[in-house]
Amino acid sequence: MNYWPLLGIAVIVIGFVLRFNPVLVVVTAAIASGLLAGLTAADLLALLGESFVSSRMLMLFVLTLPAIGLLEHAGLREHAQRWMARLKGLTLARLLIGYLLLRQLLATLGLTGVAGHAQTVRPLLAPMGEAAAAKILPSLDDADRDDLRAVAAATDNIGRFFGEDVFIALGAVLLIQGFYSQHGIELSPLSIALWALPTAIAAFVIQSARIWLYQRRLQRRAAVASIESAT
Amino acid sequence: MLRIEYAYWLIAAFLLYTGLRNLRERHVWHAAFWLVLGALFGAGDLVLRQQAAGHPLPAQLAGVGVIVLALLAPRLRRHPHVEDNSTAERLRSAIALGHRLLVPALLIPLVTLLVALFGAYLAIGGHHLFATAQMTLTGLALACVIALFAAARVARAPLHAGLGEGRRLLDAIGWAALLPLLLAALGEVFTRSGVGAAIAALATTWLPTGSALACLITFALGMVLFTIIMGNAFAAFPVMMAGIGLPLLIRQHGADPAILGAMGMLCGYCGTLLTPMAADYNLVPAALLELRSPYGVIRAQVWSALWILAATFVMMWLLVFRFHH
Repeated sequence: MNYWPLLGIAVIVIGFVLRFNPVLVVVTAAIASGLLAGLTAADLLALLGESFVSSRMLMLFVLTLPAIGLLEHAGLREHAQRWMARLKGLTLARLLIGYLLLRQLLATLGLTGVAGHAQTVRPLLAPMGEAAAAKILPSLDDADRDDLRAVAAATDNIGRFFGEDVFIALGAVLLIQGFYSQHGIELSPLSIALWALPTAIAAFVIQSARIWLYQRRLQRRAAVASIESAT
Repeated sequence: MLRIEYAYWLIAAFLLYTGLRNLRERHVWHAAFWLVLGALFGAGDLVLRQQAAGHPLPAQLAGVGVIVLALLAPRLRRHPHVEDNSTAERLRSAIALGHRLLVPALLIPLVTLLVALFGAYLAIGGHHLFATAQMTLTGLALACVIALFAAARVARAPLHAGLGEGRRLLDAIGWAALLPLLLAALGEVFTRSGVGAAIAALATTWLPTGSALACLITFALGMVLFTIIMGNAFAAFPVMMAGIGLPLLIRQHGADPAILGAMGMLCGYCGTLLTPMAADYNLVPAALLELRSPYGVIRAQVWSALWILAATFVMMWLLVFRFHH
């Protein structure tokens, strides 16, 4: 067993801890690991190049930027905020939990590309969330706004992750089935997907509870602020 | 027929445009970065075809391009995205346009959804309109183009104004946009270098293999830790399964394979929520939402991830040895 390629992991950890540029850290780790494993420079370059261009789909989100940029220039975020401020019954928790549920259900059907950070979180969910938070606590500062956007992004991730694994026709379930069938264990995709359901439900309950607690923290701060301003 | 390659060429065109605009404004490093990346996107299919045909030179050149990008990345200072019009102007426009502004934004998920659901049935003159490979993503690319036209109409702005706005957003995101691709490449290199096998070998030398619980804990934590290192539960799964799951838990302790596979994978997903290596879920959104800390999204996810992990582990422990096969 050749343990030297593990130094690539050490490069990653040290690079991230010392806050070097992540792009540089990742490429350095790849080169270190590959050379320590005995790959020739020519093979390593070809491997880097080939695997980089094979995952081009990961940059597809940049195609949303012209349309989203133009709409934001024309006031999309301001409109989403004004609209949210008018909707009386829609609280911050209901907005985020509703989005979580929708995202999870869509992912369960295999529709993960329909929503996302570029498609829905930046242009819609984040500004609507900010407006909903401002209804609770009008004096939101930049740090609060950062927190809120981060919670919106986290909600999108959790909805997507713990929905897509229930979907039988792609990704995780097929990988699991493929691994077992290579090793002589035959399972139907449905029997695997079924066992992802308990975690899907747990994830929904846990993230919903955390959203609700986040809203209650804002409400408590608002209550304290109003008492302070009254005295 | 619409294929995903067309989407890559669109991205290449957008990247080259961004590079040329930066060049004209004498932001030389930014220009070089986006131009190299645009070239890699445009030449990607050629690289893959030549590599498959046994000609590694284009792939090697692409590898050189990747290293050049890595050397350029630290030179790009992430400048915050500055709007060129004032908040008051945008508010006036928002009031004037109202809900019409939502239409192009909602067209992106809607068109994607329609293509995902019905794309397979669309045909013109007996030819399918969409290639089956990556149909949803092809739909997303088409949706973005349609949304750009719709946005230009609603905002009464020329199309190139959209490109200009998109380019400013891309400059604000900067090198973070690139990380997911590089991490995928790193995963490939790790796999080829035997990093996973080395970790599994290390783990099994210390493990008290007679205890089912000890094996299950090692398996679950191994999935989490390995996912944190690789940024992807799919990379962790075969390693942990071959090292611990299959020989020890299933063969020796009689664990149910379906439960172990599904819930073990989900333990890995919890790791994905915790790691900067899963850049497309954790670092790119932080840049896209213009958070001041690149780790803001991860911080917001830590407790959710740990609670979901705990719940999954307890359920797995209770269920996995109940269903003897």
